[in-house]
Amino acid sequence: MIEYFQQIWPSLWPTLAAIGVILAVVPVLGLYITFIERKVAAYIQDRLGPNRVGPFGLFQAIADGIKLFLKEQTIPDHVYTFLYFVAPTFSLMTAMFALVVMPFGPVPTEYKEGFRYIVAPGIDIGILMMIAISSLSAYGIILGGWASNNKYSLYGAIRSCAQFISYEIPLGLSIIGVIAAAGSLNIEQIVAAQGGSMLNWNMFWQPLALIIFFTSALAETNRLPFDLPECEQELVGGFHTEYGGIKFVLFFLAEYTHVVTVSFLTSLLFFGGWHFPGLTGPVDASLGGMLLRTFVLVSKVSMVVAFIMLLRWALPRFRFDQLMGLAWKGLIPLGIVNLLCVAVVLTFDLPKHLLSFTALFLVVGAMISARNLQSTINRPRSAGREPAPVYSSKVTA
Amino acid sequence: MTTKKQKTVKWGEEPKIGWVEAMYLPAIASGVATALKHAFSGKPTTRQYPDVEPEIPPNYRGVHRLNRDEAGRVKCVACYMCQTACPANCIEIIAAPAPKDDPHWKDRDKFPETFTIDELRCIYCGMCEEACPVDAIELTSIYDLTGMTRAEMVFDKEKLLSVFDETSTTGKDPIRTHRGALGPASEEAASAKQGPPPPGRGRHG
Repeated sequence: MIEYFQQIWPSLWPTLAAIGVILAVVPVLGLYITFIERKVAAYIQDRLGPNRVGPFGLFQAIADGIKLFLKEQTIPDHVYTFLYFVAPTFSLMTAMFALVVMPFGPVPTEYKEGFRYIVAPGIDIGILMMIAISSLSAYGIILGGWASNNKYSLYGAIRSCAQFISYEIPLGLSIIGVIAAAGSLNIEQIVAAQGGSMLNWNMFWQPLALIIFFTSALAETNRLPFDLPECEQELVGGFHTEYGGIKFVLFFLAEYTHVVTVSFLTSLLFFGGWHFPGLTGPVDASLGGMLLRTFVLVSKVSMVVAFIMLLRWALPRFRFDQLMGLAWKGLIPLGIVNLLCVAVVLTFDLPKHLLSFTALFLVVGAMISARNLQSTINRPRSAGREPAPVYSSKVTA
Repeated sequence: MTTKKQKTVKWGEEPKIGWVEAMYLPAIASGVATALKHAFSGKPTTRQYPDVEPEIPPNYRGVHRLNRDEAGRVKCVACYMCQTACPANCIEIIAAPAPKDDPHWKDRDKFPETFTIDELRCIYCGMCEEACPVDAIELTSIYDLTGMTRAEMVFDKEKLLSVFDETSTTGKDPIRTHRGALGPASEEAASAKQGPPPPGRGRHG
């Protein structure tokens, strides 16, 4: 037994350490992202944001955390108690489980001994598992909405379900192009394929895929342009109306973990991961190189997070039919066009640079889809409708 | 068959959306630009209230004060004008004849023995200020009045005079607004030597 442990220990401890890092960092990160979000919101709205607790209000996040932990646990009479408690934990569990295959620092493609910036290195279905797991997060929301036994919560959950199903398709379509170009489902391999010059980053030869992926991923996080499951004006609080205190925190921790996951995925799949001009090629194991690459990756991720927060205050919420229209009439056709282009270039072994012409297809495809949209929008209002009855004041015999 | 448009109803047309707008991307770009412009404008409108006190305009209607004349006596002549004018019935005056044998009071006939204002009843309308013929009662720009009991929010004469002492020395002196027609006893009218203010300047002017 002991010999067995000694045998597996060299490969066991890095995994345990990475799990420890994720378990320690994610809740703190979640708390601090709420703080940063409040600050960003404040600056965009010409306010100052939280600035009373500690220097620059930095301890506000901790104070909020303590407050939410110490809140009374109220359980409404009408909820299904078991599901009511399972829903938030399930939500957070799926959100954190997706991080298993997520490199949060440089990972060499040949797996050496020692600490690695990933829980499970070298999983050959990495991105597939990530998408599968993050789809499960719809369960948390649906369970929450159902267990609340409240029609508004259920409406929110149903909307969320429809939204998840719709946006998963363009999400997958946009990733297939990237996977095909890299020739692997392994996230480390996909990042390694973007090494070399900066023009190898996927964003420069698949900008269409980037836009589709980012839009659908944003929809998967339930954040503001797409936050119909919790839209306050229509649904009170949506699926988390009946939740308070620590259970509410779990839901929101899950949401912010999703934001971080999406930002990491965008950086890894499209922005070249830990590569940067002057910092290319395979990962060297020196400490300085590792830290520098981690810094590059985390900076890219923070920029994506900041952009997501910016979008929240720049865009109004979609109406539900617009939300569905965007996915089914806009993003899915575009995703198929993009996939076709990638497939043509790869099949006929055309030079890689030709793929940058998908940028052209972005414009053409957007024009075509916009034409369709335009004809729908500009259709006369009375078309296809019963003519209104005409009331005449003249009395006819 | 076309729908007959009723004349009484205004029919509007939705604006036509071209393909550039329907792409959403230009609108998203302009929205992000607006958000960024505000984020980096560096001009927050937040008021840091307890740390930085706001600048209150001098004609603000805050806590009352009872003015003193040059001799340091209460200026009020106990004419009951303010008590009569008060719509909230928060002023209570008990007048007394001025002590004639006291040289300090020999040029006065009446003075308020007690003068209490219930600051919780008061609606801070400023009508007492307008009614006063001798500019004895004024509303200062003190806005942050607090108290632990109802009893301590009823200001008596001494308290109101101490408000005068406080505000006249700290530069929070309220300005005279000429809103009402000043009575003959008003030093404002005497010093200005212009008689009553021109009509139309005040509510009663």
